[in-house]
Amino acid sequence: MANVSIRDIKKSFGPVSIIKGVDVDIEDGEFVILVGPSGCGKSTLLRMIAGLEDITSGEIRIGPRVVNDVPPKDRDIAMVFQSYALYPHMTVAENMAFSLKLKGVPQAEQKKRVSDAATSLGLTPLLDRYPRQLSGGQRQRVAMGRAIVRDPQVFLFDEPLSNLDAKLRVAMRAEIKELHQRLKTTTIYVTHDQIEAMTMADKIVVMHDGVVEQIGAPLELYDRPANRFVAGFIGSPSMNFIDGHLDAGGLALPSGTVLPLQVRPALSSDNKLTYGIRPEHLELAAPGTAGAIPATVSVVEPTGADTTLIAKTEGGSVTAVLRERFHLKPGEAVALKPAIHKAHLFDSAGIRVSSN
Amino acid sequence: MTIAFAPSTVAARSSETRAMSFAFLAQIILILNSFVMLYPVVVMVFSAFKSTGEIFEHPFALPDFTQVQNFARVLGETSMPTYFLNSIVVTGVSILLILLLGTMAGYAVARYESRTNTVVLLFFLAGLMLPLKLAVIPLFILLRDLSLLDSRWSLIVTYTAIGLPSAVFIMAGFLRSLPSELEDAARIDGASEPRIMWSVMLPLARPPMAIAAIQNAVPIWNDFFFPLVFIQTDSAKTLPQGLTTFMGEYTTDWGMLFAGLTIAAAPITLLYIALSRQFIQGMTAGAVK
Repeated sequence: MANVSIRDIKKSFGPVSIIKGVDVDIEDGEFVILVGPSGCGKSTLLRMIAGLEDITSGEIRIGPRVVNDVPPKDRDIAMVFQSYALYPHMTVAENMAFSLKLKGVPQAEQKKRVSDAATSLGLTPLLDRYPRQLSGGQRQRVAMGRAIVRDPQVFLFDEPLSNLDAKLRVAMRAEIKELHQRLKTTTIYVTHDQIEAMTMADKIVVMHDGVVEQIGAPLELYDRPANRFVAGFIGSPSMNFIDGHLDAGGLALPSGTVLPLQVRPALSSDNKLTYGIRPEHLELAAPGTAGAIPATVSVVEPTGADTTLIAKTEGGSVTAVLRERFHLKPGEAVALKPAIHKAHLFDSAGIRVSSN
Repeated sequence: MTIAFAPSTVAARSSETRAMSFAFLAQIILILNSFVMLYPVVVMVFSAFKSTGEIFEHPFALPDFTQVQNFARVLGETSMPTYFLNSIVVTGVSILLILLLGTMAGYAVARYESRTNTVVLLFFLAGLMLPLKLAVIPLFILLRDLSLLDSRWSLIVTYTAIGLPSAVFIMAGFLRSLPSELEDAARIDGASEPRIMWSVMLPLARPPMAIAAIQNAVPIWNDFFFPLVFIQTDSAKTLPQGLTTFMGEYTTDWGMLFAGLTIAAAPITLLYIALSRQFIQGMTAGAVK
């Protein structure tokens, strides 16, 4: 096990800059998730940590050692790929033992380590099968087994669950987390799925356009997003944003509604603000209620546990997740009242303005 | 309900019948085609067991398959065994070289990003377009200067050069279709570049290698032109060239000639049968995942 430290890492392909200076510190044994929309550079960063991609500038350390110019096999890492990348012509056991064989580990120990890993992942009955004879979930598990037998300092996962169906994904999510709790190996995991990030990570690194937007614990990102991008990316359904300006009574919306603020922020130049409120922090109120946003029902999506309401307001479409069941018809006039202490404010540059 | 369904059922049935009659027709055409293809082979094998007189008297009659004196004479009284060995050595070594060099070049072209890649591939492709027989005189001079003329090596290097372009083309195309994550995985597992090639890529590349092998082996085995130009010594001749010695200026022992042809055709036919599964697999590779 080891800590990983990434210092001012930059990567460009020719004139195109993919990663524009990233600093991340990963503690020993931590489960860190790199998350962001596609093209944000998260996979490239992971491949740089793995040594599959050159580093344009900056420094990556695994433990005390700078690994910039160390080939992948000497970095003491193991990687699980999105496509699993199992060797099609080798059995499960051979797939798992390949790295040990290359390292010259004695046969008996190879066998022991493979069978230990297979037992822990429930792969023992499949050891003699070929990858093509396995289901998606089983292949995924073999890919993890191949990583485990190496007993590396760092596990790297590159979107390992994106080829699985929704149900299996939830099951594997729990399995990977449990595996990490058991092995306590430093893990770096890349995904574009913020739910995966929220549920599994000790620490999330949100990336966008080659830069780190925010680093923090899952709930920290949820409760105190540093900027509009993180606020919109973390949480599902995503946060509602309504533009307005600072007024004597609070935040005035273009429709004339004034939303009360818990703390009045000190603004420098303009008074323009974006009001952010999560769908789960809105509640239904009678039309005309003070401090509530007037809206017209457009779509109602019952999920059983709660109801998602998409409504039109003058500032755009607003989504609310309501705990209670309402009988609302499209076109009906309602009002949505935000929970004051749950509101987020962002200035015109999208940076969080401290309000609570 | 029955009335409503009736027309569609009829339509489905008639399209089914049409598909079946088409398959039937295709089968008939294929069977006829195999007759056309097999006919000369059958005549060749039959005639190999007959004397010249019998061949002209009853060309299509079933021979007495115990009459193997033609084969005995071909193998005992002529240099046929030498020709046969030469053909095997020349074809075998050429194919080995084509596969070895073609796969290595194909891997480099397919995987390593470099500006010269396209140039290298185009260079090889240019070789596909050039009929090498046109260059036989400079080739002759080149081989003479290299003191390779009149040896099996003159044929081996020529065939390897002819076969490489298509082999590189086939291998590069296939290796490019393999996911690069496989190589990344092997690289992380600790495999060196030659090891990745040998342990990961080559086992997966068997079908295209079979294609490259067969489509080169057949013309090399059958080639008459280059041995005719390059080889004078009897001990270095290959089968097609050697068989011509059976044809006399005034008389030809047809029975012996057919026996020789049968022996000459056997290995490549057997090779094709042995590799046909791989061959078909290679042709349809990528069609079904």
